[in-house]
Amino acid sequence: MMKINKHLEERIMKGLMVASLALVVGSLVAILGTVLAKGLPALNWAMLTQTPKGGYYLGKEGGILNAITGSLVLVAAATALSFFPALAVVLYLHLFAKHNRLLDLTRLSLDVLWSVPSIVYGAFGFTLMLMLGLRASLLGGIIALALLEFPVMIRTMDEVLLMVPHELKEVSYAMGATRLETAVRVVLRQAAPGLLTAVLLACGRGIGDAASVLFTAGYTDRMPTTLLRPVASLPLAVFFQLGTPVPQVQERAYASALVLTVIVLALSLGARSLTRRLSRHIIH
Amino acid sequence: MDSAINDPLIQIQGLNVAYGSQLAIRDVSVDIPAQQITAIIGPSGCGKTTLLRSISRLTELVDGVRVWGKILFDGQDVYAPDVDVTEVRKRIGLLAQRPFPLPMSIYDNVAYGPRLYGVRQREALNAIVEKELRAAGLWDEVKDRLHAPATALSIGQQQRLCLARGLAVEPDVLLCDEVTSALDPISAQRIEGRLVELKTNYTIILVTHVLRQARRLADYVIFMYLGELIEHGPAEQIFQHPQHPKTRAYLAGELY
Repeated sequence: MMKINKHLEERIMKGLMVASLALVVGSLVAILGTVLAKGLPALNWAMLTQTPKGGYYLGKEGGILNAITGSLVLVAAATALSFFPALAVVLYLHLFAKHNRLLDLTRLSLDVLWSVPSIVYGAFGFTLMLMLGLRASLLGGIIALALLEFPVMIRTMDEVLLMVPHELKEVSYAMGATRLETAVRVVLRQAAPGLLTAVLLACGRGIGDAASVLFTAGYTDRMPTTLLRPVASLPLAVFFQLGTPVPQVQERAYASALVLTVIVLALSLGARSLTRRLSRHIIH
Repeated sequence: MDSAINDPLIQIQGLNVAYGSQLAIRDVSVDIPAQQITAIIGPSGCGKTTLLRSISRLTELVDGVRVWGKILFDGQDVYAPDVDVTEVRKRIGLLAQRPFPLPMSIYDNVAYGPRLYGVRQREALNAIVEKELRAAGLWDEVKDRLHAPATALSIGQQQRLCLARGLAVEPDVLLCDEVTSALDPISAQRIEGRLVELKTNYTIILVTHVLRQARRLADYVIFMYLGELIEHGPAEQIFQHPQHPKTRAYLAGELY
């Protein structure tokens, strides 16, 4: 009797797990499928190579090159801006901070910051800009996105560095290296692939976010040329196009979403091959 | 039965080490002779590794550890407040239980220490790398793939690489923490062979739980039990005529 129950239990559990897996994979396929099915027919060369012409949002000619370029510039600058402070914070946490409540509190607050909705970052960035006398601009968008990416970057890097074996650091200390020398020459090298993943996660959060750039970066049909003018972005391009009553333009929204998805995918694949190269010397 | 040592290189005086409220080393005083192999033996948990690591101040890397007492190295207390700990660790090297290559090539592993201390020229580094890999008995096996990842080596080779890496810093003392316990018998034999050769130039302190290894290698023996130093003296004396009943019991295999 006991035996049958155990087998039954295992079967039910296994069934639930398979069902969950199917749900997750199914959702992914459904999302990608929808974007592909609706977006691919509307996607053409002009969309990728032109900025919106007059009447674009009513179905006339043009493209979303402004948003593609805008998003790439925004996310590249924001990631670069948050990377170095994040790295400094994480190295401090791991090499110098004593293990105490302050450290736990720091991690907790970063977790909270991570889960703060991005519209709050947008609102905060907007307030900040008002205080500084800035208007919606590329600079404002970069700052808001950098703030948004910051906690993601730190917490992911933090987890990565936690996985560096203690013995590896000890090897370096035992040869008379200082903490900083050990950090730069050993810890960062060992953690490099993981740090890259952290950067990629942050990029992903940044490039897909609409709410934080809505007020801070604004939107424009022009290409980004200066830090102090508004800049377009792909999530907002999707949002605005989907909001028009013109079916043709709504299809373009899906095409824009497709472009965004492909960019994120390309980033992941690029990072993967880079990770492999960086992993050559890693100690397991 | 204290046998005084002429010209000791390291003098441990009233050393205590506590992890939190737990005393791991209790009032240990002992002199360690220069250019010999000193083996620290005793059952597991007796504090031999803690004692070893305290010599180059590696115990303090663990949170919540307190150390008091003195360790004189060349007459200078390594725990004195004005001592630069990196200088201590440069002169007292460590070879750990499991080989941990640094995440870089074979060459860069050996060059790690010299680069820390400012050696930049290619030829100088090449010379050091070759010299120390030879001293560790690894050169012939790796000379054609110096820039391959260190992880590509076998465990036994990795341990010799770690030895070469430690020697490249040019320490005076080599702390060896059960350095053969993770290795196959052949690799273990090779490491032992290197240590015997190296003692002409280095002072070696070796922690081992393998009595036969201590008998083969040691010139001087320290026996620890439950954090206390029970007996120490020349290897012959300890192994042939142990004084303390606990030492006798341990050597007879009756004390774990």
